[in-house]
Amino acid sequence: MVTIPNFMNALTIKNLKKTYDNGNQALKGIDLNVEAGDFYALLGPNGAGKTTAIGIVSSLVNKSGGQVEIFGHSIDSDHEVAKSFLGLVPQEINLNLWDTVGNIVINHAGYYGISEKVARQRVEKYLRALHLWDRRDDIALSLSGGMKRRLMIARALVHEPSLLILDEPTAGVDIEIRRSMWNYLQEINEAGTTIILTTHYLEEAESLCRHIAIIDEGKIIEDAKMSTVLRKLQREVLILSLADDLKQAPSLVGFKAKLRSDCQLEVEKGPDRNINDLFEQLNANGIRVVSMRNKANRLEELFLRLVDGKYEPAGNI
Amino acid sequence: MNIQLNLVAVRTVIRKEMNRVLRIWIQTIVPPAITMTLYFIIFGNLIGRRIGSMDGFDYMQYIAPGLIMMSVITNSYGNVVSSFFGAKFTGYIEEMLVSPMSNVSIIIGHVAGGVLRGMLVGILVTIIALFFTRLEIAHPFIMISVVLLSSIVFSLAGFINAVFAKKFDDISIVPTFVLTPLTYLGGVFYSISMLPDFWQGISKANPILYMVNAFRYGILGTSDISITYAYTILVVFVVLLFSVSLFLMKKGIGIRE
Repeated sequence: MVTIPNFMNALTIKNLKKTYDNGNQALKGIDLNVEAGDFYALLGPNGAGKTTAIGIVSSLVNKSGGQVEIFGHSIDSDHEVAKSFLGLVPQEINLNLWDTVGNIVINHAGYYGISEKVARQRVEKYLRALHLWDRRDDIALSLSGGMKRRLMIARALVHEPSLLILDEPTAGVDIEIRRSMWNYLQEINEAGTTIILTTHYLEEAESLCRHIAIIDEGKIIEDAKMSTVLRKLQREVLILSLADDLKQAPSLVGFKAKLRSDCQLEVEKGPDRNINDLFEQLNANGIRVVSMRNKANRLEELFLRLVDGKYEPAGNI
Repeated sequence: MNIQLNLVAVRTVIRKEMNRVLRIWIQTIVPPAITMTLYFIIFGNLIGRRIGSMDGFDYMQYIAPGLIMMSVITNSYGNVVSSFFGAKFTGYIEEMLVSPMSNVSIIIGHVAGGVLRGMLVGILVTIIALFFTRLEIAHPFIMISVVLLSSIVFSLAGFINAVFAKKFDDISIVPTFVLTPLTYLGGVFYSISMLPDFWQGISKANPILYMVNAFRYGILGTSDISITYAYTILVVFVVLLFSVSLFLMKKGIGIRE
């Protein structure tokens, strides 16, 4: 058992490059530092290089250049120890569909040198946690898409990795199961597991992750704390549900307001205004608000602006 | 290398392979038993009675070691090529690739799976043979060592085939166009002493001839070739094919992008 110092990076990537045989330069020298214990989002549009980067870290893709260390252990010179820290939930379903749920997880433990006795205890623990214990004797082929995803998570956790990489783990999973998976991931993160998550559901990244990196065309274009990144989003559009119908939008100083319907008001807020100002003016106009939400997910809006090249370093998003 | 970790990992791969063999026993165990029973009935019993004796043994006795070896070879090869390619094709090979188990352990685990299926089928075919003829083992150590080494050679060959295979057609090309002809021409059904000198020379370039004859020597005590040559060829092939397998795994050819 290797002890992990608290200050250590779970993952360090330096100048990582990958050029495929067909000439496609998937990674153009990326640097990433993921602190131990972090919940880290790695986002990017399709083909940006996320899966390639994860493939290299997990030894499924040969790199063209650069260095990768997992808890200080190089994947080149100390790969056995480096790999023992890592758990991977890949994007594509890669289960032995003809084997039983229980066997799949037990076998995975065996590949990490875990004895069958210990493996059986952990199989029960993780299959129960992911609501698959009742299906342990069924072949993986008989599971639904969401169950297969949960099985891949149980499989990745059975050796209790210190770093868990989830490549779009909730793709195709219904909202109820997705939320229970979020809760479970938060639990294991709070218990000390560092998690790197890629997802196309940006509300998932926003609600789970504390740190975010955005990769586009093989380069990191943003790498900061989630709160720092969201602060860069200077313009927000809010939808207010009103208690009483309105005939026309009120005139609000410092805000642009328009009616979406008789009882819904759309308000655009600039960087120099806050929500308190808005409500003071609404109160003064006798308008009562029942509920409020963002028109678009904040991270989604920021993400689109960044990958569309509209990002301005001055924070004028 | 963490020896304990890799021992558990190898045991896991072997268990997985044996589970697979037993789960699909109707595809892995039954066909060779039926095929070999037909060989014994048609070639041994019906045709063999007209042929008479060969090298001092009745024909049924003479072909029995060759048929056992043939089933061991094809099943060892077939098990590894289909299992490893299946894992590659459906992606669950990644379970092993992301784990800390070594490339040597991945190879040993799969080869051991191939050897176990080869032995299982070999024992079954031997039992079937005993319904048709009497077999007294002349040299038990030679018999066991030759069948084990031959099974390892063809398991490794199956592994290499699976590494290069990109589609299911690719795993049947070698057995159909290379393995089967070489086995049939490897002295299973005849002694090469019956052939003209030229064809005897050609036959001696076939490595399966040495395996079949060495195995026959282990059971019947008769062989067309030198047992020392047979062992040399077997050991050279084991070392060569294992080295190639390891090289392919380290480079990630056909496995890692």
